[in-house]
Amino acid sequence: MDSGLLTLVALLAPVAAFLVLAIVAPLRRAGRPGAYFSILGATVSLGAAVAAWRGYDGAITRMVWDWLPSEGRPLATIGVLADETSTVMLVLVALVAFLVQVYSLSYLSDEPPQGLGRYYTYQSLFAFSMMGLVLAPNLLQLFICWELVGLCSYLLIGYWYQKPEAARAAVKAFWTTKAGDVGLLIGIVMLWKLAGTFDLGELRAMATGNELPLAGLSIITFCIYLGAMGKSAQFPLHVWLPDAMEGPTPVSALIHAATMVTAGVYLLHRTSWLFALTPDVLLIIAWIGAFTALLAAVLACVQDDIKRVLAYSTVSQLGYMMAAIGAGFSTAGFFHLLTHGLFKALLFLGAGAVIHAVGSNDLSRMGGLARRMPQTAIVFIIGTLSLAGIPLFAGFLSKEEILGSVWAGGLVGPFLLLMLVAFLTAFYMFRVVFLAFFGTAPAAAGHHESAHHGAHEHDPPMPMLLPLWILALLSLAVGVYSTFIGPGLVALPEGAAEHTAPGWLTPAAVGVAIAGITLAWLTYQRRTINAASLASMFGPIRHAALAKFWIDDLFERVLAAGTLAFSSLVGWVDRYIVDGVLNVVSVWTVTTGDEMRTIQTGRAQDYVYGLAVGLLLLLVWARWSLT
Amino acid sequence: MGLQAYLILAAVVFGIGLFGVVTRRNTIGILLGIELMLNAVNINLVAFARFSGSEVGMVFTVFAICITVAEAAMGLAIVILLFRVRRTVMADHLDLLKG
Repeated sequence: MDSGLLTLVALLAPVAAFLVLAIVAPLRRAGRPGAYFSILGATVSLGAAVAAWRGYDGAITRMVWDWLPSEGRPLATIGVLADETSTVMLVLVALVAFLVQVYSLSYLSDEPPQGLGRYYTYQSLFAFSMMGLVLAPNLLQLFICWELVGLCSYLLIGYWYQKPEAARAAVKAFWTTKAGDVGLLIGIVMLWKLAGTFDLGELRAMATGNELPLAGLSIITFCIYLGAMGKSAQFPLHVWLPDAMEGPTPVSALIHAATMVTAGVYLLHRTSWLFALTPDVLLIIAWIGAFTALLAAVLACVQDDIKRVLAYSTVSQLGYMMAAIGAGFSTAGFFHLLTHGLFKALLFLGAGAVIHAVGSNDLSRMGGLARRMPQTAIVFIIGTLSLAGIPLFAGFLSKEEILGSVWAGGLVGPFLLLMLVAFLTAFYMFRVVFLAFFGTAPAAAGHHESAHHGAHEHDPPMPMLLPLWILALLSLAVGVYSTFIGPGLVALPEGAAEHTAPGWLTPAAVGVAIAGITLAWLTYQRRTINAASLASMFGPIRHAALAKFWIDDLFERVLAAGTLAFSSLVGWVDRYIVDGVLNVVSVWTVTTGDEMRTIQTGRAQDYVYGLAVGLLLLLVWARWSLT
Repeated sequence: MGLQAYLILAAVVFGIGLFGVVTRRNTIGILLGIELMLNAVNINLVAFARFSGSEVGMVFTVFAICITVAEAAMGLAIVILLFRVRRTVMADHLDLLKG
């Protein structure tokens, strides 16, 4: 089978599972059988995706069907587009989706069967939507799938909808990303007006052939970037991602680390030829990306919730990818997307195992877990080293690629910010490692409680451990393979400029990372540096970071005040203008009716009289006017 | 006598009939008024037929008389039913249509 057909199989397997689960209610309510069914779909999908990726022979395969008929040719098509980018991304999505579904089987084993069935239904829908987004041959299908993944994100964040925080976080995520999506929709429609097509291939041919008018293109690309900004949690729309951690941890691993949040980066990579025409927008993307990376890294340093650290770390790494795209080297950003997808999913699933064992997200209630959960500790450290950018691990290559491309793009400011972020990344991740896995277990407030939890603190069962090991080995394998054998994972697309990194870059990047690790080690392991005095050194920043730089507050205030002002205005208009006109008209109607009804006597003779008089008048009028 | 005299007669008879229809309180009286009005029309038809030399008007008159008879029968039947239901045939008591 060729790649196009295989990608179609990969796309349709999860939607088949979703439809069956959605329609056959007994299967869904049964819980575990439904889960096995969904995992079966994910397995087929993974197999087809890998086959499509390995069997991809360099020829771009399109399988499209006409949709929205119009004069001449159809307005839009649906189908799949298999090329280098989409097949490798497809493998990432299918792989993480599959591993997360297996992992969830054990992680959510305490859930009631109905809940589990619902969870797997959403999971299948998500896998389908994300793959549809990845394989979309045109912007319209991409937008539809874009909204579908947003919906799945909403449903899965609010999986524990009885929890008020979870419901609130789900709504917040939905609305914040929607704010960006409006921009994306406007951008797509404006681009269609300019170019007359949604098709990515045709658009690309027009863009590279200089057939697109440049006037107004900046606004279009900026609108498209707005969509990416919402989905990929760029400042100032990053506020939803940390709150999204209210969902189950496997969901965070799949949607809010590896796949959905990277859709924005993927979109910009997919349309990089378009953005190349508008360097001013690229500059904005680079600066916002670098700034987001720094902001989120600072925020990550002060969090005590292990999942929130990872969430801010994801925001930070997304900023990295965006910075590379802004520098004009979207391939570097895409490469980081892939490696990040692997090790961040690993970190989240590892954190899930820890949370499962400890029964809390709070770092201060963990400690010394390495002895009781050795395997979890090893895979978590592999993920951390990868994220920190240590050689031989996957993250090292992609991170250096990004730093090199930003430098080559001549963006010194963002480059310096990103170097600082590299230091902070190493610091906050190893802070988590030292606090959670080393040191001593906290002297618990209640002795009984501690003993109770201690009994549970062991490595998770096989369905959870296996995905962890697969992801850890892949993180290592990608790193080792790419270091020694060559860049086989992501080939540069034709025409993309290659850049040569200066020789001092690698030592500098690694040095910065090691400095961060050392600082974390001295502070949280050796306790040479007092954590409290370190914190007081950065007093104002720490204070601001603890308040999330007041961005959330600002949004809430502005939105609340704005909404109230607007609604009172609307209320006034409704009460005095709309209702006023209506009341006046109705009063008029009633009074005139009251007066008019008196001429209706009900006696037939009066009517005859009226008729006769009317006829007479008509005759007189005819006599006078006709002569 | 010319055509005009017949037409004046018809107009006078029609006016008397209309006056009766509008002013009589008794339903039977109203019916009588209607008969008068119809007959005024008949006079017109016959007069025009006579003075234009066409027989069509005569034929129409025969039809009109037949219809008048039927109408009178219907009208009287309605009055009888009305009396059975309402116990009155006075037109100004029959004001169910009053707004």
